[in-house]
Amino acid sequence: MEKQNNQEYLTAVQAAFGADVLAHEEAFGMLNIEMTPSRIHDAIQWLQQHQDLSVNYLTNIAGVHYPESVGREFAVVYQLHSWKNNLRLRIKGYLPKENLHIATITDLFAGANWMERETYDFFGIIFDGHPDLRRILNMDDMDYFPMRKEYVLEDATREDKDDRFFGRNNNEL
Amino acid sequence: MSQEIKDILQAADPANVATINFGPTHPSTHGIFQNILKVDGEKIISSEQTVGYIHRAFEKLAERRPYNQITPITDRLNYCSSPINNIGWEMTVEKLIGVDIPKRVQYMRVIIMELARIADHLICNSVIGVDAGALTSFFYPFSEREKIYELYEEMSGARLTTNMGRIGGFERDFTPVFHQKLQSFLKTFPKAFEEFDSMLARNRIFMDRTKGAGPISAERALSYSFSGPNLRAAGIDYDVRVMSPYSSYEDFDFIIPVGVNGDTYDRFMVRQEEIRQSLRIIEQAYKNLPEGDYKADLPDFYLPAKSDVYNNMEALIYHFKIVMGETELPVGEVYHAVEGGNGELGYYLISDGGRTPYRLQFRRPCFIYYQAYPEMIKGLPISDAVLTLSSINVIAGELDA
Repeated sequence: MEKQNNQEYLTAVQAAFGADVLAHEEAFGMLNIEMTPSRIHDAIQWLQQHQDLSVNYLTNIAGVHYPESVGREFAVVYQLHSWKNNLRLRIKGYLPKENLHIATITDLFAGANWMERETYDFFGIIFDGHPDLRRILNMDDMDYFPMRKEYVLEDATREDKDDRFFGRNNNEL
Repeated sequence: MSQEIKDILQAADPANVATINFGPTHPSTHGIFQNILKVDGEKIISSEQTVGYIHRAFEKLAERRPYNQITPITDRLNYCSSPINNIGWEMTVEKLIGVDIPKRVQYMRVIIMELARIADHLICNSVIGVDAGALTSFFYPFSEREKIYELYEEMSGARLTTNMGRIGGFERDFTPVFHQKLQSFLKTFPKAFEEFDSMLARNRIFMDRTKGAGPISAERALSYSFSGPNLRAAGIDYDVRVMSPYSSYEDFDFIIPVGVNGDTYDRFMVRQEEIRQSLRIIEQAYKNLPEGDYKADLPDFYLPAKSDVYNNMEALIYHFKIVMGETELPVGEVYHAVEGGNGELGYYLISDGGRTPYRLQFRRPCFIYYQAYPEMIKGLPISDAVLTLSSINVIAGELDA
């Protein structure tokens, strides 16, 4: 069997999910596909079961916070790997900060369990249908989501380093 | 789940079920892990892990640090094989900025990374011996690991948290002492290693203890996104070094050992064979070590020589720019994975062109496969749970990040 490449993956996903494929690009050789968040579970399931595309391995799930892009403040990034074609791809869904819900993929990959808990713990993204969505690395009574950009790491009132000279404006977020 | 285990679970009388703590601090957890076990006598009915005891917020820290200052953070992931973490991170940045790395640097990296893999597997396997009751076999490999640490020391000045290499290559070339120590290591290690191997590999007591302890099937291991020796012990020959070769791994002749049952004995045997294969890779890389520079031509990222900094204005400017992290960086997203001691160690880096990463996520193999632990120890006696924990080689630093 011929090994499939990025273009063939993209065409296949576009053919199957049509308007739910919102954007795509190739970043450093890796295919990025942005999809409607509510369709991501189905897309991953379809990719997993597809005979030729055969995306059989979940590499990781990452959350990203973009406080400045209104209506799409949070991204959930699924990095997947097809061993048959030795091809990695990313599926991304952007969520507005008012509605941080996305379907769990723990029914497809058992390993998604902790990856989703970690993403919840750090960003507050809620994976609907997750069997046990609790904090994992931080303590249970923590009342905020520490990887969000509004929580700056260093003391904002410090005076030894002046952010203005470096174009760093973390305090304004 | 086998019928036998099902029977045990069904026969459990609620009145006899005890809840006990295995950890957080227990000599056989080799780190701070808590497992709350529900047991009926010796048999484990269910268990639940608590992780995060040494969570140090590396991903948050990384968002506030220039790229070269992130290397020391990676040391503290899997601290049994820090150089692999360091070099994996450096290669991620090199992928982002797009730089050609000289062949010599790639071979040097392979030698260092394989030494780190040997050190990592030696510790893991000798600890399996300890948890099965064989303490002597724990001391033998330590003198060999010591030799590897001396090699690290020669290249980086440090032994455990090595901060090895730089973006673009190494801080120094292999020194004459390194050459001499590596040659003597290559000569003496195989004999010492086979001696260690002969103590455990065909030892009747050890085999009886480890066979069938904490098994996992290939399907479940794949579903749990296992990687590294634990996945290979279940019979799947996935290895990042072969699947997506980096740093010239395609130049070397080595095999990927696999197990059959995915139990403690198979994990032990896979690691033992990987040590032999790593040694083969080092021998090939060292024999064919290309001539050339130990660093890429990368003035924007690689610190100029101290003698130039003191005597040359241009070099001084570059030195300051690099230390202050004032170098222009491309915008983009990269994922780079290396085969770490425990499996696919990945770096997902999002750069917005600023002096620090916008987001850096570590794909930590320990964190991902440790979630399968309750499934692996269900229905087994507590003593097997101890063996399973050490044989999946959960390293607290990598688990909690």
